[in-house]
Amino acid sequence: MEVLDMVLFAFTVVVFGFFIGNYVYKIFDGKKTFLDPVISPLENALFRISGINTEKSQSFKAYTLSMMVFNLFGIFILFFILFFQSGFWLNPQNFPNLSWHLALNTAISFVTNTNWQSYGGESTMSYFSQMVGLSVQNFLSAATGAAIAVALMRGLTGRGIGNFYVDMTKTTLRLLLPLSIVYAVFLLSQGVIQNLSPYVEVTTIEGVKQTLAMGPVASQEAIKMLGTNGGGFFNVNSAHPFENPNELTNFIQMFSIFLIPVALLFAYGKFAGNRREGIAIFGAMALLFTLTLGSTYYAESQGNAMLTQLGVEAGPSMEGKEVRFALGASSLFATVTTAASCGAVNSMHDSFSPLAGGVLMLQMMVGEVIFGGVGAGFYGMMIYVLLSMFMIGLMVGKTPMYLGKKIEAYEIKAVIIALLLPSAAILGFSAIAANCADGLAGLNNAGPHGLGEILYAYTSAAANNGSAFAGLTANTPFYNVTLAIAMFIGRFGVIIPMIAIAASMSNKKTYALSSGSVKSDNMTFTIFLAFTVLILGALTFLPALTFTAIAEHVLMLSGKLF
Amino acid sequence: MFKELEKSVLLFSGLTVICALAYPLTINAIGAGVFADQAKGSLVYEGKMPIASTLIAQNFTQPQYFHPRPSAAGADGYDGTSSSGSNLGYTSQKLHDAVKGRVEAYRAENNLSVSQKVPMDAVTTSGSGLDPHITVTNATIQAKRVALSRGIEESKVIDVLHKNTQKAYWGIIGEEKVNVVTINLTLDREFGKVKI
Repeated sequence: MEVLDMVLFAFTVVVFGFFIGNYVYKIFDGKKTFLDPVISPLENALFRISGINTEKSQSFKAYTLSMMVFNLFGIFILFFILFFQSGFWLNPQNFPNLSWHLALNTAISFVTNTNWQSYGGESTMSYFSQMVGLSVQNFLSAATGAAIAVALMRGLTGRGIGNFYVDMTKTTLRLLLPLSIVYAVFLLSQGVIQNLSPYVEVTTIEGVKQTLAMGPVASQEAIKMLGTNGGGFFNVNSAHPFENPNELTNFIQMFSIFLIPVALLFAYGKFAGNRREGIAIFGAMALLFTLTLGSTYYAESQGNAMLTQLGVEAGPSMEGKEVRFALGASSLFATVTTAASCGAVNSMHDSFSPLAGGVLMLQMMVGEVIFGGVGAGFYGMMIYVLLSMFMIGLMVGKTPMYLGKKIEAYEIKAVIIALLLPSAAILGFSAIAANCADGLAGLNNAGPHGLGEILYAYTSAAANNGSAFAGLTANTPFYNVTLAIAMFIGRFGVIIPMIAIAASMSNKKTYALSSGSVKSDNMTFTIFLAFTVLILGALTFLPALTFTAIAEHVLMLSGKLF
Repeated sequence: MFKELEKSVLLFSGLTVICALAYPLTINAIGAGVFADQAKGSLVYEGKMPIASTLIAQNFTQPQYFHPRPSAAGADGYDGTSSSGSNLGYTSQKLHDAVKGRVEAYRAENNLSVSQKVPMDAVTTSGSGLDPHITVTNATIQAKRVALSRGIEESKVIDVLHKNTQKAYWGIIGEEKVNVVTINLTLDREFGKVKI
């Protein structure tokens, strides 16, 4: 039954990804779409008021400037809202202002599409902060990612890279918003709450008081998943019954994480004028995903032998899992959310088996390229695509080319920067945290699993995922600031080199493919690409994983407790 | 630079009005109009007083009720304003000790022998701390205690249990499970509240 569930999941993602992919291509290649009559006037008004020239494609410098100014302004405004939360409206629980470091961390977190949360939503954030502060960035950070991906698609296929503002706005209004509306209504029908009332006090059936957190959840939940943001309205995210009440909503939530990343691959095939270019990359991602899902599922299905010894029935551990999701839907959700840079969770990764936890980390460490975040998955995978084509070219002794364009020193430098910066942030910050009192103070688990909590945190931050081994108490100046820096590096340290590549490739001459050219649209390439990801990821992070997940697994087998 | 900032600020403001006000308030209106019950939290009322949400676990300690899974939400568990899992790993001594205690308590409560295995979901905390469901195995064991303390035949409780067992969607998506809140409400409705 669980396997059938997973097959149904894959099928749904591919079918809808295909159709949405065609739609995405139409949006960005300026073709007519059915929403034009409604959205075009709105869009044009926005562009006119903001003084944006929609005709001209930007240069690398102009594009980067627009993107950075827009995002930095987003960080500033979100910081402002959170830091002065008590001065705004819609705060029935009278939550106080956030501390400077929590506001800073959260602002950078939501603008970088990470949605790392050092706080518990229902005990920290006013409805205004959630709705007007955080939710806006759920749209705009995803739209920024998609805009960069589209710029790269255009550049690689010899078009101008486009205008940042235009592509970002189009993604928001033509893709994210319409899907979110339909999605939110579905969630409402299933029991996800949506109101602005104060928290409700119930007198339970046994006569005790229980207070239930309320809020505008459905609208935020929809875009949280579609935009691969993952910042939960509540502390426990999609494990909370008000965010994810049943198996159906859970299925749709997993589906919606992968929907746009997969659609972008199909759109890319259309841009390249050869569907197989997109499908080859899809194939590599699907292959890697099958491997990681299989590993996570297997590791989780083995259960915790030490609990069995205490007289508990044999079977998968349910610590940190919900009965309605159990083994299958928890493993699938965990793998999906860390493969894509979503970071929403429906079970507590901290309580997963050591090896499953390690697989989740590995997926983030390779840079969120197994479908990945909205846009981020595509441009992240392009790092490996260019690197693969470069290596294949060198191996067979031909000028390395991709889609008929030469890959030269400039592109490879940019690729290496984008590859090294996040990795350095992960390992560097983890090393610092593991060696200072401020870092160790936050741990919830001891032994190798404690080190795992630190490693997971910086991995999640630098990969812009946002999930956590949530036992870690991260709401301290030390963690808030270092994690914020890691998120910033992991986002813009990749985006800017990718814009550089897009702009440089767009100006290059396209050579016609000859019979001797290395092709990137076949099975050989798919397999080569998947192995490049695995080998580079493994080489960089195997030592770190050995000290955490693998060490914990071995010690667990010998019955050691911490 | 300044011109760029002006563009950003204006566009950002426009998109904020659309995404942060128009969108959620539209959903709010649809919620209030079409799905009023769900939008407010699927609450159950006794008279005018809310007594439960069918989606959120509440603590049941008395023997005539089915008991939910252990909870790590808030200091005493089942705190609707502080959802949380325990976040304890496989090799955690704390987890080990907690489960050991819960196994003993569960056996004592349900009159099980020391050799009988205890259901996994009954002794582990859920992800949210508010998981309203338990497994059918767990519920079946508890049914005996519920029947005994209510002074009714076990088969009657089992009947209620069968009626309250939720199946997978189309037999594919989901798990068989029992909602503690709704089954306990059904028990009180069918057999009356037990006076203590």
